[in-house]
Amino acid sequence: MHRRTLVTAIVVLGAGVAGALLPAAAQQPIKVGAFLSATGPAAFLGDPEQKTLEMYIEELNAKGGVLGRKLQLVSYDDGGDAEKARTFTKRLIEQDNVDIILGGTTTGTTMAVVPLVEQAGIPFISMAGAVVIVEPVKKWVFKTPHTDRMACERIFTDMKARKIAKIGMISGAGGFDKSMRTECLAVAKNFGVSIVADESYGAQDTDMTPQLTKIRNTAGVQAVVNPGFGQGPAIVTKNFRQLGMTMPLYQSHGVASKQFIELAGPAAEGVRLPAAALLVAEILPDSDKQKPVVVGYKKAYEARFKSDVSTFGGHAYDALMIAVDAIKRAGSTDKGKVRDAIEKTKGYIGTGGIVNMSDKDHMGLDVSAFRMLEVKNGSWALAK
Amino acid sequence: MFDQVLQFLFSGITVGAIYALVALGFTLIYNSSRIINFAQGEFVMIGGMATVFLLGAGLPMPLAALFAVALCTLVGLALEKLAIEPAGRASVVALIIITIGASIFLRGVAQLVWDKKLHALPPFTGDAPIHVAGATILPQSLWVLIVTVFLVLALRWFFTGTLLGKAMLAAADNRDAAQLVGINVRRVQLLSFALSAALGAAAGILVAPITLTAYDIGTMIGLKGFAAAILGGIGSGPGAIVGGLVLGVVESFGAGYVSSAYKDAIAFVVILLVLFLLPRGLLGGGSAERV
Repeated sequence: MHRRTLVTAIVVLGAGVAGALLPAAAQQPIKVGAFLSATGPAAFLGDPEQKTLEMYIEELNAKGGVLGRKLQLVSYDDGGDAEKARTFTKRLIEQDNVDIILGGTTTGTTMAVVPLVEQAGIPFISMAGAVVIVEPVKKWVFKTPHTDRMACERIFTDMKARKIAKIGMISGAGGFDKSMRTECLAVAKNFGVSIVADESYGAQDTDMTPQLTKIRNTAGVQAVVNPGFGQGPAIVTKNFRQLGMTMPLYQSHGVASKQFIELAGPAAEGVRLPAAALLVAEILPDSDKQKPVVVGYKKAYEARFKSDVSTFGGHAYDALMIAVDAIKRAGSTDKGKVRDAIEKTKGYIGTGGIVNMSDKDHMGLDVSAFRMLEVKNGSWALAK
Repeated sequence: MFDQVLQFLFSGITVGAIYALVALGFTLIYNSSRIINFAQGEFVMIGGMATVFLLGAGLPMPLAALFAVALCTLVGLALEKLAIEPAGRASVVALIIITIGASIFLRGVAQLVWDKKLHALPPFTGDAPIHVAGATILPQSLWVLIVTVFLVLALRWFFTGTLLGKAMLAAADNRDAAQLVGINVRRVQLLSFALSAALGAAAGILVAPITLTAYDIGTMIGLKGFAAAILGGIGSGPGAIVGGLVLGVVESFGAGYVSSAYKDAIAFVVILLVLFLLPRGLLGGGSAERV
């Protein structure tokens, strides 16, 4: 290349870069990092989460962004793999330099990154269920969904009202399954419930009839609880009906999505589970404080994506809104200030419930945030 | 007590029939080329997934199933023509590794062409369980059993009663000798892949109403089917059936009476024991002598 042309090119390039950098420094976008399981066994949790984050970040940007800055979503799909979640989180922290991390669709992926965010000192709001995420409280880790312990408590409260005292439990091999099983075993006696049968299945198992047969034949069993999410509960539910079992079957909030009803088919009729008010948004009484928020989210999501809303998308919505609200209150994206602001969240009305966090409670929901739902005519209804 | 045993038996036979069908696929290809086709599980997956999406596109069930089987047969043909044949006279181990690569490839393509979600197929004749002496069995399970038996009989007739079938066995036994007597060994191998793929697809369509289907079910089903084939004696058609049923029943009783957490381990331990004591499997003999 001609030397003069080369020099000109370099000068032009240099000017261009300088020109681009100057205004950029004043309008740095707020980088929201995310790692979700949009594909894989937790896809029907992670996919609505991904869609929700994208939709609402677009909406917030259309309204002018936060603190005058646009939001930029940097998200990765970990496919439900804890190792990948770790790798992506490292990338978010070290290469993408994000200001806050939302994500961890599953307990497994969340717990894998906790050491990373604690060490890096970056606020992290998880969308996973197990109580171990926020107990013991970790400085930088928060979560939006109800815990598995609350799910157990809500289920046992319902059982007590129905005079059920002896139950069987069947759970899978995943982190959430095992965690909820442990919680249920621990709190059952507080509600006068004893767990007389305890079976398990593998993540890829396609037939649970032997385990259910054992439970059915255990003396005195009046109901069955199935902690888990994904394929397992759908097959357990189908097998339940296949064996002609008519006793009450309780699922966890891990299946709080229309996809569960689709997969389990007619077998899902009558199944009860604790879930956020979001699933029954329209039939909530008008006086319910959550109604405007959940109806608003439901309408927006369903109009945009033409598919039913799920509580998991709701968890992502809550995580994003709490994060944005905290950034506004902190007045900056300084990680320490934002963290403190998240911890001070009070009275935030979300899809999961009314959130009141504190330095001892990094989740902020209480058991009343859980409604007991029942599957009726292929759709969700409030259980009586 | 007895109804519990019966229930475990029914569960075991249902699961076992699924393993048996997959094991048959392994046996077919092994019988004609000594290759263990580790993409067999993916054939099962393609059968189920293709049917789900064709149904979703509006085709009636029988047509969707037919097209899915045809599609899978084409995939089997492509696998043989494009991946196995070019390898020429490579060692059997190399060919097996090629099939492993093919299975990974097919899984990747399935994610892109379809999706990563779980899907259900409607059962053929409804899902009201049939009550027998205090235990229940699904109509779909009966379908799996009936079709499996039918296919085994059909294959036995094919291998012992038709020239083409005998040619396939001959080509597997001694490729050079078969070529010398005028058997087109390339075509025979191609046909074995096509048949095996069709078999796998049929298995996938039969079991999807019971087990749900997704892009990645091929791995575990392929592994268990392979284990069943080894258990029954690789190369033996009845062995595949027996191996599948035994594996399913052992799993079921293991889950019922020992521990549901160790169900898979129990099954594989039993297989190891059988192989230590009866290395050719339960019904294995020289595969040239059997169908």
